[in-house]
Amino acid sequence: MSYDERLKVNIAGLELKNPVMTASGTFGSGQEYSALTDLNKLGAVVTKGVASVPWEGNPTPRIAEVYGGMLNAVGLQNPGVEVFCRRDLPFLKQFDTKVIVNVCGHTEEEYTEVVRRLADEPVDALEINISCPNVKEGGIAFGTVPEVAERITRACRDAAKQPVIMKLSPNVTSISDMAKAVEAGGADAVSLINTITGMKIDVARRKFVLANRTGGMSGPAIHPIAVRMVYEAAHAVKIPVIGMGGISSTDDALEFMLAGASAVSVGTANFYHPTITQEIADGMSAYLDRYHIGKITDLIGAVDS
Amino acid sequence: MKTKTEAVIVSQKQIQDGICDLVLSVPVIAEQAVPGQFVNVFLNDPSKLLPRPISLCGTDAEEGTIRLAYRVSGEGTGTEELSRMREGERVSVMGPLGNGFPLEEAAGRHVCLIGGGIGIPPMLETARVLHSSVGVSGRKGDGEYLTAPTEITSVLGFRDRTFLVPEFEAYGKVLIATEDGSTGTKGNVLDAIRGDGTEPGVIFACGPLPMLRALKAFAAAHHIPCWISMEERMACGIGACLACVCRTTETDPHSHVKNARVCADGPVFEAGKLDL
Repeated sequence: MSYDERLKVNIAGLELKNPVMTASGTFGSGQEYSALTDLNKLGAVVTKGVASVPWEGNPTPRIAEVYGGMLNAVGLQNPGVEVFCRRDLPFLKQFDTKVIVNVCGHTEEEYTEVVRRLADEPVDALEINISCPNVKEGGIAFGTVPEVAERITRACRDAAKQPVIMKLSPNVTSISDMAKAVEAGGADAVSLINTITGMKIDVARRKFVLANRTGGMSGPAIHPIAVRMVYEAAHAVKIPVIGMGGISSTDDALEFMLAGASAVSVGTANFYHPTITQEIADGMSAYLDRYHIGKITDLIGAVDS
Repeated sequence: MKTKTEAVIVSQKQIQDGICDLVLSVPVIAEQAVPGQFVNVFLNDPSKLLPRPISLCGTDAEEGTIRLAYRVSGEGTGTEELSRMREGERVSVMGPLGNGFPLEEAAGRHVCLIGGGIGIPPMLETARVLHSSVGVSGRKGDGEYLTAPTEITSVLGFRDRTFLVPEFEAYGKVLIATEDGSTGTKGNVLDAIRGDGTEPGVIFACGPLPMLRALKAFAAAHHIPCWISMEERMACGIGACLACVCRTTETDPHSHVKNARVCADGPVFEAGKLDL
């Protein structure tokens, strides 16, 4: 199969055939969507968060639709790294795409346990989730205090054999400080944004819609916030930035690249447009043709030039 | 294989206050679907991003149509938008989704199809398909055996006004329960079953959680095999997002915890295997 060579990007030594990836938690481990979209056309599949042991997640209802998006409080239900390695990883390896495993944990030791377990597996990179708003211990606490983020990054970096991407939370005062902190800890790249903490109340029933009360907001409405944060992060650090948050079109994805991202992840849009990822990759080729641009990397941070 | 495609509206009418009956031309789904499965309906309003999961009330493989009977959940909702669409308009749908009822479990038994409220429509498709095979037998090993139920009884629970009842009557006996007693037994579906003295050999059911809980207990007490169709808020509809889980008594096959995915592992589960 031939691909558009102009779309190749490189993130911390990892070459992707195009900059389009799936956002963790919205694409399972690829299996569910493989019947609907061609995984070979993706730059990378970023898996659902994987922990050291199976996690039950939160009570239901776990989601709520809101204007321009949705809230979720799934709480990182997952089968744990052993089942992932035995079942999901061999499935993903059938496809010509990179595999990036999202890693979650409650403690530094839980993160590094997963990172070590994956060290000799056919995994191309790790995305460390220090930004889940729905998990009380760990998760977001690691992602909102720069010193803690730096420490967990260093621990993961020391334990990992693959490039380490730190996934940042938008629920912070300064995204630049967080990006700098994980860079100082040795991160090979940063990805952002995770969801923005929100709440929805059922007025007729006078109750919280989500069992967890709060949930992470995703979808098109968060896109401008995410673009601004990616721009700030890209100007704060030298390591590559992966942009995500509300992408639902090629233009949405290109905004992130122009703001300074080297690659992008598509999340919530998969739920209502299962072929969106491959369509965005095709749309990027069309954009290069239309504006007579030699290669996609020429666009990275080009809003400044 | 599930597909996302455009369907054309063949007809839409209101069959009861707040209940719409929609027929869509979408052959690729009509040809594959089995009773108890559902489709995701995508709206054209960009502010309502998530698909609406709606169970199949009917299919016609020859005509290439599926039928959805759904409740309009309120003003300004996605289902209200859907209810305003007319013949000839197009709507995106994905399906067939989920597993469906294990029809083979009805073979040689008196099957009770129990529906409550907006859980009634999927039981109509189940009745139609089971009825088409009543009395059919096949051969297995050393003898003849029934491949179909011996008898179908539909038990339908409504708040007050009924819908779809004459269509169920074409497939066998129908028992009705209404909360206000305006039609049939005053009370719930179990009151109707007890009042009639019906002895189910197997139960397939869909309806509100309290009804399913009561049926699970009834089935366990009488040692009746029982399968129930669950409902939960969904996003993807194909098992990826893990939003729509329900508690199970044993470790679930996907996440190896006790939270099965309603959309992909269900929506139909053996009642005894759920922690309701």
